[in-house]
Amino acid sequence: MTPDPDAASWRQDVFDVLKAAGVRHVAYVPDAGHATAIRLAEADPEINAVVLTTEEEGIGYLAGAWLGGERGALLMQSSGVGNCINTLGLVACARFPFLTVVTMRGDWAEFNPWQTPMGQATEPALRLMGVLTWRAEEPEQVRPLLQGAASMAFEGDAACAVLLGQRLIGRKEWVK
Amino acid sequence: MTGGTLDRRAVVADLLRDRGALCVVSGLGSPSYDVMAAGDHDLNYYLWAAMGSAMTVGLGLAAAQPDRPVMVVTGDGEALMGLGALATIALRRPRNLGIVILDNGHFGETGMQPSHAGQGIELTRVAEACGFPVVDRVTERQGIAPLRRRIHAMESLTLAVVKIAAADLPRALPPRDGVHGKNRFRAALGFQPA
Repeated sequence: MTPDPDAASWRQDVFDVLKAAGVRHVAYVPDAGHATAIRLAEADPEINAVVLTTEEEGIGYLAGAWLGGERGALLMQSSGVGNCINTLGLVACARFPFLTVVTMRGDWAEFNPWQTPMGQATEPALRLMGVLTWRAEEPEQVRPLLQGAASMAFEGDAACAVLLGQRLIGRKEWVK
Repeated sequence: MTGGTLDRRAVVADLLRDRGALCVVSGLGSPSYDVMAAGDHDLNYYLWAAMGSAMTVGLGLAAAQPDRPVMVVTGDGEALMGLGALATIALRRPRNLGIVILDNGHFGETGMQPSHAGQGIELTRVAEACGFPVVDRVTERQGIAPLRRRIHAMESLTLAVVKIAAADLPRALPPRDGVHGKNRFRAALGFQPA
């Protein structure tokens, strides 16, 4: 990744907003765009950071945490949204609060065309399953969009996804 | 070796006896009917879909309620769809989580087609390979009471595969309203709806 050093504070914002929203569980499948939030979650003794083998595990995990009275969020890449589709039925049927932050592939300056089909389908697929979506393309958009999504999820039992666009994250460096 | 001989309803009734603070998550299909047949309870969460998610729901619940025993009751087919969860759970090792896989070696809900478990995949060995600290294979009814005691003792993450008969029993249907099930479960723990 080639983040703009002046604009990289959004990476910290993702973690700070989740923490301020009372998130106690951060389930994730790693992505470079989430590296800062994952590192901070793993280092925070108040947060259960849970690495998954596949993204839909996070939907079940967060539903269980909510049954037990606690808030959580799922960090994943857009390809992982495809893995979640059927399991999102659980969120819809029981109206579990669901908050996910999705780093996009296949939506801008994508070197690997194999990422493009799922990247282009990510937002419509989420919406088909009843998930509300917002896209952040500029660093200053991340904090307010995620704050709003967290409040609708945890205070209104909504399913909410904030998509972090590739223009925000930066081009992936393929030749090192 | 496909499944076993134990009566699934008797097994689950034994497991849920004198349940105290126990929280239960059941996998879709027959395990949900078995848990319902043993007696509906506010601290039961019955899954009707999201196949492969019973174990992960149990993991999240165990993490949020570390002082209560959490029992996942699911089937071999449901567990197979979420096999990766065994790796995720083995890393977390919640000592208050017990996973009970009722293994009849078949996909019961869809017409008793043989499952992977019924064709040689031994789920206890998968759990052992993932590093589960306690793994049990139960083929006799006498094995159920000690399993129940271990889960209530909350001393270690436990996984047990219980070899049940491939019988198609009358359904005991739990409530299907997912919001109701969620809200009554949380209310029983003292949490209010949004």
